[in-house]
Amino acid sequence: MAGSTLVLPSAERRTYSPWRETWRRYRRHKLAVVSVVLLLVLVAAVVLGPFLWRVGINEIDFNARLEGPSLAHPFGTDDLGQDILARMIYGGRISLAVGLAAMLVSVIVGTLIGALAGMSRGALGHALMWLTDLFLSLPQLPLLLLLIYLFRDGLKAVFGPEGGIFILIVVVIGGLRWMPVARLVRAQFLSLREKEFVEAARALGASRTRQVVRHILPNAIGPVIIAGTIDVAAAIIAESTLSFLGLGFPPDTPTWGRLLYDAKDYLDIAAHWALFPGGAIFIAVVAINFIGDGLRDALDARKVI
Amino acid sequence: MGQYILRRLLIAVPSLLGISLVLFIVLALAPGDPFSELATNPNVPPEVGLALRAKFGLDDPIYLRYLHWLVAMAQGDWGFSFVSRINVDTLILQRLPTTLYVIGSAQVLALLIAIPVGVYAATRPYSIFDQIANALAFIGFSLPTFFTGILFILVFSVTLDWLPFVYSTDIKATGIKWVGEQIRQAIMPVMVLGLFQAASMTRFVRSAMLDVIRLDYVTTARSKGIGQTRVIVKHVMRNAMIPVVTLVALQLPAVFGGAIVTEQIFRIPGIGSLLISSILANDTPVVMAVTFVFACLVVLFNLVADVLYGWLDPRIALR
Repeated sequence: MAGSTLVLPSAERRTYSPWRETWRRYRRHKLAVVSVVLLLVLVAAVVLGPFLWRVGINEIDFNARLEGPSLAHPFGTDDLGQDILARMIYGGRISLAVGLAAMLVSVIVGTLIGALAGMSRGALGHALMWLTDLFLSLPQLPLLLLLIYLFRDGLKAVFGPEGGIFILIVVVIGGLRWMPVARLVRAQFLSLREKEFVEAARALGASRTRQVVRHILPNAIGPVIIAGTIDVAAAIIAESTLSFLGLGFPPDTPTWGRLLYDAKDYLDIAAHWALFPGGAIFIAVVAINFIGDGLRDALDARKVI
Repeated sequence: MGQYILRRLLIAVPSLLGISLVLFIVLALAPGDPFSELATNPNVPPEVGLALRAKFGLDDPIYLRYLHWLVAMAQGDWGFSFVSRINVDTLILQRLPTTLYVIGSAQVLALLIAIPVGVYAATRPYSIFDQIANALAFIGFSLPTFFTGILFILVFSVTLDWLPFVYSTDIKATGIKWVGEQIRQAIMPVMVLGLFQAASMTRFVRSAMLDVIRLDYVTTARSKGIGQTRVIVKHVMRNAMIPVVTLVALQLPAVFGGAIVTEQIFRIPGIGSLLISSILANDTPVVMAVTFVFACLVVLFNLVADVLYGWLDPRIALR
């Protein structure tokens, strides 16, 4: 194939910059493109929502308890007559922020450990991989619950009820999800560090740090981006699960999971209360997963599309 | 083979020790103290509190405390539940069968869905069936179990009124009717957990099948005139299922997570709901023990998967 392109440089097959090429390949995945739009709408709604929908999240109105969707309350009201749309906008900010922040934690930790394990040729690499396997066999949700249970009060005292729980949840979710990233990065490093271009860099006298940062890491970043995308979805689910079990954010912080937790005892009379936040979690997660799928197609250069 | 199993067992022991160490460090680092209530209780003189601390070894160096805890756990002395007023191991043993029953049935259901769908999709890649199956699988593992549980309750209990949404331990019926009720009340939890598992398993099965189906020996089998079904079932599936075993085992921590949520939604008296209620009631010995039991189950099933792997693919055991 390479030979034929040399002989016949076809006019249609132009070369693009890497990012443009990625976008060209990404566009082929229709559902992934739709998902980007959906996610952007969702993000815009939670970021700009409070400026457009000026109903307080704690405005109690006992005359409008458990009402279904109406013009005054597009998503209905809960058992205290609070507006569910306003609460979902507020909660969405937290849910999405937790997802992003936990992803950053897991990607940074995973890349660091994977890179160390991939570059070391001795006991350190083995030890780090043993640690990774150990973390992979930890039961995540029980441990997550245990950590929250044990450290909740301490952090609450230091950083305040919302800030403390936010830090705890982000660190714990991220700290229990770095293993796939570490494995991916290590596998990439092991093959990349033997490649000719790295050898060339080494021959030119590039330091170890420069080899890693300038030459190896940029080539290993594709799978990390994909894993990171999926991690956002997983972190959103993890946070909602905690809130749904009543062990996440404090009761007056209406994250999407918390809204479901409050709604689950009123399913027979106020189904809308559960359906809207549940639907929001589902849309966010499915959109992020499809984006990850599209990125997989776009960033895997071996795949011909 | 025997040697292989032994080797796997020897690998499982350090990971169990590692997990116990992680758990213990978490507990030791945590602020708060099981005797803090004694210290603030005016009816308990301070010297009694100090004596109790010394008796339970709370002032010992940390490695000694870990060793004591480990020995006690290994001997089956798991402590005493503050809330239920019985030994933790008895409590867990009462609850464990229910959890294993629900998880086991869900895994069986997941396999019953995932294998046929995945295999059929892989024999017709990019067909309409494959695309629909793929889209459904995506939706399936993007729907968190707590939301599917609520949707199921909404549809099957609230709207249609077909199934009970609260799991009851004392069903007032005998004989065949009792069995029927047991199955009826387990349908929704098992479906919620099983469909969630089936979604990711279908994708594993499909991609494992696609990896094998392109190999030369499959073409050889076809060219010998063996029928399509026979080629798929006898030649392709046998080899494709090997990686699936590992992937299913790797999914187990997620299954336990799903089981905790499902048990909580349907109020199933398993160890998952025990964990939640103990956390809410600050019942530390039970919380620690249940977490450890979950960890042991993960290690145990990984071991089973390794052994199965060696049995399915003898090359692994020989290495």
